[in-house]
Amino acid sequence: MPEVIVEKVHKSFGALEVLKGVSLSVGRGEVFALIGRSGSGKSTLLRCMNGLEKINSGHVEIAGHTLGGDAKALRSLRTDVGIVFQSYNLFPHLTVGENIMLAPRIVKGIAKAETQKIAREVLQLVGLLEKFDSYPDQLSGGQQQRVAIARSLAMRPKVMLFDEVTSALDPELTEEVLTVMETLARDGMTMILVTHEMAFARRVATKTIFMHKGTIWEEGPSKELFANPQTQELRQFVKSDVK
Amino acid sequence: MTLRTFGFNEFGFLLQALQWTIVLTVIALIGGGLLGFAVALARTSRTKAVRIAAGTYIQVIQGIPVLMILFLSYYGLSLAGLELPPLIASGASMTIYASGYLAEIWRGCIQAVPKQQWEASESLAMTRLQQYRYVILPQAVRISLPPTVGFAVQVVKNTSITSIIGFVELARAGQLINNATFQPFRVFIAVAVLYFVVCYPLSQLSRWLERRLHAGSNR
Ligand SMILES: Nc1ncnc2c1ncn2[C@@H]1O[C@H](COP(=O)(O)OP(=O)(O)OP(=O)(O)O)[C@@H](O)[C@H]1O
Ligand SMILES: [Mg+2]
Repeated sequence: MPEVIVEKVHKSFGALEVLKGVSLSVGRGEVFALIGRSGSGKSTLLRCMNGLEKINSGHVEIAGHTLGGDAKALRSLRTDVGIVFQSYNLFPHLTVGENIMLAPRIVKGIAKAETQKIAREVLQLVGLLEKFDSYPDQLSGGQQQRVAIARSLAMRPKVMLFDEVTSALDPELTEEVLTVMETLARDGMTMILVTHEMAFARRVATKTIFMHKGTIWEEGPSKELFANPQTQELRQFVKSDVK
Repeated sequence: MTLRTFGFNEFGFLLQALQWTIVLTVIALIGGGLLGFAVALARTSRTKAVRIAAGTYIQVIQGIPVLMILFLSYYGLSLAGLELPPLIASGASMTIYASGYLAEIWRGCIQAVPKQQWEASESLAMTRLQQYRYVILPQAVRISLPPTVGFAVQVVKNTSITSIIGFVELARAGQLINNATFQPFRVFIAVAVLYFVVCYPLSQLSRWLERRLHAGSNR
């Protein structure tokens, strides 16, 4: 039973059709990379998977939940699906620890002492335990992004979605975030990541999907896909990306 | 009536009246704050009809002079058989007036919180109420402090309008004393100074909060 099933998903913004029938299926513990030009619909696809965007038609199953129920069903889905954004989006008025403990406490009703334990554990995982009492604006971009990942992990998700989480970061800081993600992948987390880091996709992703104009243009095991692109569009994309 | 001069007793009378100005301001800010907060939330509701209703309320209140709100609540209700004491009529109309402006100020502050904060909290499976309570409002309140204190200055000054229905606050007290002394310059300079003494620190506080907001962190 795959952890994520996306079937013939269509999504339009007004007259603009951004997803034109996208289907994919991700097994438990697999890591999928979504690549493609700006505007090809990568973020939209990811956001459709946790209900941040409503799909026009199609079917999405993720972490044992089916998209399309009421608000309560959607919240239940979201407790099992974490998402991390390019712009970190930490809560600026809360400390790192509070950022992480908030949702487990108020959403899942976990006792405060227990949420503290969880927060320490996930901060340890991203290597930032000493920042427990810092505020987000006292951290570097890379550190903030690692906290954002930790905050998601504290909900104990079954699937993690990442939308260009390193695009706003300098190269050195990118590396520390990618390292965290690689650890997660090795530990068996099911992950879907939109990324411009081709080397990372090739090394860590079990499968890479090349999106073009709202469709899956080409897909395959990462190493093969990069070594031997079948379409003109992907060849160009891969070439243009080698900086 | 013998002609009096503007002396200590008269100044004492002004000070007493100043207390009523402050009482009225506090009523307007608390009442208007509660009502305005509800309207601000309604203005950012996901239900369109609720948003429109709240928007209309704000437009109407902001679109008519405070004086009309005052007349309507004082004379209108007394025509309807309800004899309102001036303090109640004044308090009610200043509350309504303040609610229309505070709602609009606070709507702006709620919407000034980046939409990514909504998305992040929504993605953590929070309910709408939890999002407001734990993520959005704490940030909005911070943003709202300078304009809210700034608006309080307007309220202090606008309470003078209630003198028209005979509520003896600072402006009305000035008129009364002037009628007895015929020393308009002394009297009204004293009145103006008293308003200034209350408003100036508030304006400075608002500026200070504003500077702190811009200079400081997001906390
Ligand atoms: N909320 C929205 N309203 C209207 N149009 C939108 C909205 N979100 C995205 N779009 C449009 O949908 C298309 C796909 O956007 P999307 O963000 O999914 O692309 P992307 O592949 O993630 O691109 P990038 O690499 O730039 O992030 C774009 O043309 C974009 O302008
Ligand atoms: Mg994108």
